[in-house]
Amino acid sequence: MEDLNVIVAGAAGEGVQTVGDILAAAISARGYAVSTWKEYESRIRGGQNSFRIRVSDAPRNAPLEAADVLLALNRGAAEKYEKRLKPEGTLVFREAFEGRNTVAVDFTGTAEEIGKKIYANTVAVGALAAVLGMDLDGLQEVLKRVFEKKSEDVQEANLEAAEKGYRAAEKQCDGVCPWTLEGAEGRYLLMTANDAIPLAAAHAGCRFISAYPMTPSTGVITTLARERDRLGVFAEQAEDEIAAVNMAVGASFAGARAMTATSGGGFALMVEGISLAGMTETPMVIVLAQRPGPATGLPTRTGQGELLFAINAGHGEFAKLVMAPSDPKDAFYKTVRAFNLADKYQTPVILLTDQFLADSRFSIEELDPDRAGVEIHTADPSEIRDYARYRFTESGISPRLIPGQSEHLVGADSDEHDEQAHITEDLEGTAVPMANKRLAKLAGLRSEVGPPEEVGLDGADTVLVGWGSSRAALLEALELLSGDGVKAGLIHFTELWPLPDYRFSGDRAYWSVEANATAQLARLLRSEYGVSFRGHIGRVDGLPLTAEQIRRTFHDRNG
Amino acid sequence: MTEMADYKSEAENQWCPGCPNFGILEAYKKAFVEMDLPPHRICMVSGIGQAAKLPHYLRCNFFNGLHGRALPVALGIWTANPHLTTIVSTGDGDCYGEGGNHFLHTLRRNPNITVVVHNNEIYALTKGQASPTTPEGERRTLQVRGVEVSPLNMPAVAVLHDCTFVARGFAGEVDHLKDLLVAAVSHPGLALVDVIQPCITWGTRTVRWYQDRVRMLGDDHDPGDRDAALGEALGRKDEFPIGILHRKEPRPVFGRRFRESVTDRPLHEAPPSRDGVREILSSLRPAGASG
Repeated sequence: MEDLNVIVAGAAGEGVQTVGDILAAAISARGYAVSTWKEYESRIRGGQNSFRIRVSDAPRNAPLEAADVLLALNRGAAEKYEKRLKPEGTLVFREAFEGRNTVAVDFTGTAEEIGKKIYANTVAVGALAAVLGMDLDGLQEVLKRVFEKKSEDVQEANLEAAEKGYRAAEKQCDGVCPWTLEGAEGRYLLMTANDAIPLAAAHAGCRFISAYPMTPSTGVITTLARERDRLGVFAEQAEDEIAAVNMAVGASFAGARAMTATSGGGFALMVEGISLAGMTETPMVIVLAQRPGPATGLPTRTGQGELLFAINAGHGEFAKLVMAPSDPKDAFYKTVRAFNLADKYQTPVILLTDQFLADSRFSIEELDPDRAGVEIHTADPSEIRDYARYRFTESGISPRLIPGQSEHLVGADSDEHDEQAHITEDLEGTAVPMANKRLAKLAGLRSEVGPPEEVGLDGADTVLVGWGSSRAALLEALELLSGDGVKAGLIHFTELWPLPDYRFSGDRAYWSVEANATAQLARLLRSEYGVSFRGHIGRVDGLPLTAEQIRRTFHDRNG
Repeated sequence: MTEMADYKSEAENQWCPGCPNFGILEAYKKAFVEMDLPPHRICMVSGIGQAAKLPHYLRCNFFNGLHGRALPVALGIWTANPHLTTIVSTGDGDCYGEGGNHFLHTLRRNPNITVVVHNNEIYALTKGQASPTTPEGERRTLQVRGVEVSPLNMPAVAVLHDCTFVARGFAGEVDHLKDLLVAAVSHPGLALVDVIQPCITWGTRTVRWYQDRVRMLGDDHDPGDRDAALGEALGRKDEFPIGILHRKEPRPVFGRRFRESVTDRPLHEAPPSRDGVREILSSLRPAGASG
């Protein structure tokens, strides 16, 4: 099957997300690999938002630009997104639209026939299902599940609404609906990184999260709060991000694996607390879900502009780990790893995601939580006689006990301190060795970090270099470039600080591909490995990197 | 039974000789002995300032964190382990200035922690600037023409927000302060103890001046009467009522529902919830796809 790309567009509050979610679930339930992403304005009502659904035989999980089908819930949406529709594509709209293959269904009018305007979205879902060549029964099965907690009347009305939409569209499908989604063999998990991270955190034994709501990170604490009884994590909405990070530091000091989640501006407020975690050697995990800045920026959009900020976050010098998962599955495993390594090295670990990764559903074939081993690194008080929290050791890792767990006393100090955690002004004898002890952990951390992923480097004269959530788009870009006769390979980083031992071979043209303006990864790699770049393929409009855009920009710049 | 020596720390004391902070330190030790609280059951939490150094001078668990941030750290510690007696040692600048927002929200949350504020109406560690409690008109090293803004009265704010234990102590009345600390720590909810602690180095008045103006609250004061509590919290110019200003049946403490429905053990002892993770993961497989 050729990949099928669907856009659902409408105003905030009009049901774009609901329609998209139901349709994605219905198509996924038919065994297809579905990936979705959404772009929306920072408002609760009005504007124009879109939800994109890509359907393929095998997981692609990368956004496509040109759409086969556009469902527009209002005229503004039709006008705004019609240019994304392929010339032969089909518009599903309430009335005929000039110059376009249109399947016209009066969503609201049909809903009113059933009884209430509220069923208009289900009418639209039904219409879309007909256009995409799905069978009605399959859709209705999914609808029953979606509305299983509603009253029987509501369930019945929704089934009827779907059927009416379906029948109305079906009649107009001659020649304009060449697609069929009869069924495929896949069985996929359909999940976002904001689903994966809280689940992985709970799996890793996280017991405390404090956060301040900030798009696109809010889903992390929301899931943990909602699933309190199943996951057992204490979730607190802090008064600000400063409180959030300090609460997590306190909880972690007292023995609970702890985390926080935020975006750029909130992360800026947390920076002093991250330094505190570094100085007091308190493990913690911070999720930094990127969106374009500076300041408030584009609050609901995506970007990769915080790489150097994350790596450099925190005054003073201390060991930290920064990882940027490439997809929700990777986010699951890396979150567990983040807790393990934070615990082992007693230091903050930052997980960089972004709005695209946080909000987009990916089709994932298999995710086995047992593959993500959980390691606990606190010391056993019964094996310790004279305890000193910051005992000098070669690795820099001092035995960590939990206060109250035994008669050993546990201290922590943000001042430079001695082995007993007391303030020191003894510069040579104590302050210097203590600073060196903390920094010794960098060598250990470096040994834990994995190399970047290499794809198609043999015979490649052009190499795209990227990081984090753009992996799938980059892989697809390699295919497009190969079709254009470019011998391109890929080096993709997900473990970004400390950087692993790695060698860039000198005889290739490297291109950094990042959703930012200033080529932050390229600057980092240049300073660490001395590699130079032919050019930068960036993106700063708040939309995710796509294979088509990478290809276009490459040819423009390389020309 | 514990004794005073159990709480003696080996750390070198950095306070000015003769500082009333020593009286507060003494009162803590006496209170802990009276309560028979072993050092490992105590966790002192502080930010930055002279009061924030106090945890180093007591033998117990401690976390000396960032300026203004003792309260959120303490909340995290006590939430992770409600069996630790968690006490915040802070000052007027640390708690009412830099950390003022945390103070307000701690009043809302009502964790079972004790907050002891060394209130010296000055920034001592940075050499004598005004603090949020410096009276209007008084000169400080930065406010050379006198403070032009009005002071905060956080004990009064605490009473208004129904903090169910609010007291004012005086560093010069060690045994009285000891009694206040015992009552505060024993109170099963948030307890605020604002302690008048004259700065003998940068302050503009002597310890004696305060000594002459403190008034111990007697039996005629009913701490359960919020209006009376508010009146005594506000005090009068140059007069300092000390004692328990406000005390009531505690409100439900922070995290009560979690404790009731998930676990009342320290969080690190709670078993992991792998089944819940599996359950939710499988629900992410759309119907029909699970086979």
